Amino acid sequence: MAEVTLAGISKTFGQTEAVHNVSLTIRDGEFVVLLGPTGAGKTTTLRLIAGLEAPDSGRITIAGRDVAGVAPATRDVAFVFQQYSLYPHLTVYENLAFPLRSPARRLQDAEIDARVREVAKMVRIDHKLQNRSTRLSGGEMQRVAIGRALVRKPAIYLMDEPLSSLDAKLRAELRLELKRIQSELGATLLYVTHDQVEAMTMADRIGILAEGKLVQIGTPREIYSNPANLHVAARLGQPHINLLPQGLLPGCSAPAGTKTIGARTEHLEISASTPGNAEIDWIEHLGDQNHLHIRVGEHKLVTLADPYLAIQRGDRINLKLRNPLYFDAGGQRLT
Amino acid sequence: MSSATSAHSVVEPSARTKRIAGIIVVLYAVITMVPLAWIFMTSFKSPPDSISYPPKVVFTPTLEGYCNLFTTRTRQTPEYIQSLGPPQSICDEITRGRNMVIAGPSNYWPRFTNSMVIAFGSTFLAVFLGTLAAYGFSRFRVPLADDLLFFILSTRMMPPIAVAIPIYLMYRELGLSDTALGMILLYTAVNISLAVWLLKGFIDEIPREYEEAAMIDGYTRLQAFRKVVLPQATTGIAATAIFCLIFAWNEYAFAVLLTSGSAQTAPPFIPTIIGEGGMDWPAVAAGTTIFLVPILVFTILLRNQLLRGITFGAVRK
Repeated sequence: MAEVTLAGISKTFGQTEAVHNVSLTIRDGEFVVLLGPTGAGKTTTLRLIAGLEAPDSGRITIAGRDVAGVAPATRDVAFVFQQYSLYPHLTVYENLAFPLRSPARRLQDAEIDARVREVAKMVRIDHKLQNRSTRLSGGEMQRVAIGRALVRKPAIYLMDEPLSSLDAKLRAELRLELKRIQSELGATLLYVTHDQVEAMTMADRIGILAEGKLVQIGTPREIYSNPANLHVAARLGQPHINLLPQGLLPGCSAPAGTKTIGARTEHLEISASTPGNAEIDWIEHLGDQNHLHIRVGEHKLVTLADPYLAIQRGDRINLKLRNPLYFDAGGQRLT
Repeated sequence: MSSATSAHSVVEPSARTKRIAGIIVVLYAVITMVPLAWIFMTSFKSPPDSISYPPKVVFTPTLEGYCNLFTTRTRQTPEYIQSLGPPQSICDEITRGRNMVIAGPSNYWPRFTNSMVIAFGSTFLAVFLGTLAAYGFSRFRVPLADDLLFFILSTRMMPPIAVAIPIYLMYRELGLSDTALGMILLYTAVNISLAVWLLKGFIDEIPREYEEAAMIDGYTRLQAFRKVVLPQATTGIAATAIFCLIFAWNEYAFAVLLTSGSAQTAPPFIPTIIGEGGMDWPAVAAGTTIFLVPILVFTILLRNQLLRGITFGAVRK
């Protein structure tokens, strides 16, 4: 395992700038998640580190070595793709052994066998080693794909939305497993996703990418509670953060220049009272919690409420802010 | 209306529909098989039976056609034939029955061998070069790729024979006339456009993530191509090989024009088999029957690949 640094990396495809001046250090043994919507440059960043693309400018170092011009095979990285992750003409065993049998490594058969079986156990696929890789369920395929990366001990693991094609239950399981494996191995891992839950649960640090730029990087807690701007604030939180004009709701002391107030569930205090300043528009019952759709004048907002809160559709309530987030006209956070 | 539309079930065609479809298919197969069956039968007829009118469907089979195909014979007096020892083979016996003796082997076998060498050689080359070219077009940003592909295809837009005279003159200058190498190069050139286009389609369907994964796993691009792309392209390669082989095997016009002796292939040779007093039809039919065998074997061997190749893209793997 080793430290990987990006310094001022840019990459343009035709007219579109996929990655713009990104600088990032992934420390030895750290789990970094890049979070951003489709087209934010997440995958391109991974491909640049892997050597599948060459940056237009900037420097990438892996374990202190500048890797400009170094072929992917000798960069000592492992990559898990979003899909098409297994070689369809090979068995599970052969898929796992494939990186070890490469001309770049040439391990002894006995060593290959030992490593394959060890990793197969780790990703819990050891009962299907002789299966054709096309005869697996989606979850098994992704486990093998992750296993094929883990079978090596590279400087860094690069993972491109490895769980996105799976159903919710499997995703939750593999999320835990992946985090467990990473901390067991002390692996350096750069993980790309658009799923905020994956980012929040697995990352040591989250980097928020938007339109090719690294907007903010920090621990999940920092990113969540101290977003640098509106974009970052909007990436995290379920339900989505409510963006309200300054002065709509009482209970805050906005700094000068505040244009927009961001209010998540924990920033809203609800009390049932008439006449109140808001009205319940709709309630979604999720069982363990309720989604309240609230209308304040022309504005609509969504918040969570505990299921025992005795309110109904059409009720008037009193809504108050408690330490919300303040943003200026340019969307920058004000504190 | 409602009763009529209900017959158009998406579940399963009715038994009657299936029967009608079956009859049509069988009928069509029979019609297309008749000429082949006729050639096969003719190859076992005696020369008089082969040209009798009305045509004979029931006849006494003989190997005379095959004997005549593989041998040259000379007419001898009955006394001379009497003086010979017992016949060495079944062909010896048949030939002597017609007051002739076998003088030596015919040219059929060398011509057949030429066909094998030229057809399989050019198929191998066309598929080999076509695969590499198709991979290049599929994976790299080739300048003017579309124009180049169109240019490659344009060689198929006229009948090959349209360029026969320039090729004839060129080959004469280069000393490639009537050489196996010349024919292999020519058929390779004709087939390579087909190979590039077909294979590009197949390779486009193989996600590049596989090679990229292999390259990160420690393989060079060429090694990744061999270990990951080739095994997945076998279907397409097999289908392409069959199409190329069928063309090269059956090609007649260039073969007539450019080969006459040592490099002559079977198609121009077979019609030149002339017996006593006219065409020796059973021998011609025998030559044609044997000529069909290699392509039949090759196609049967690659049959599964071919079927999958034709339906490629229509089914999810």
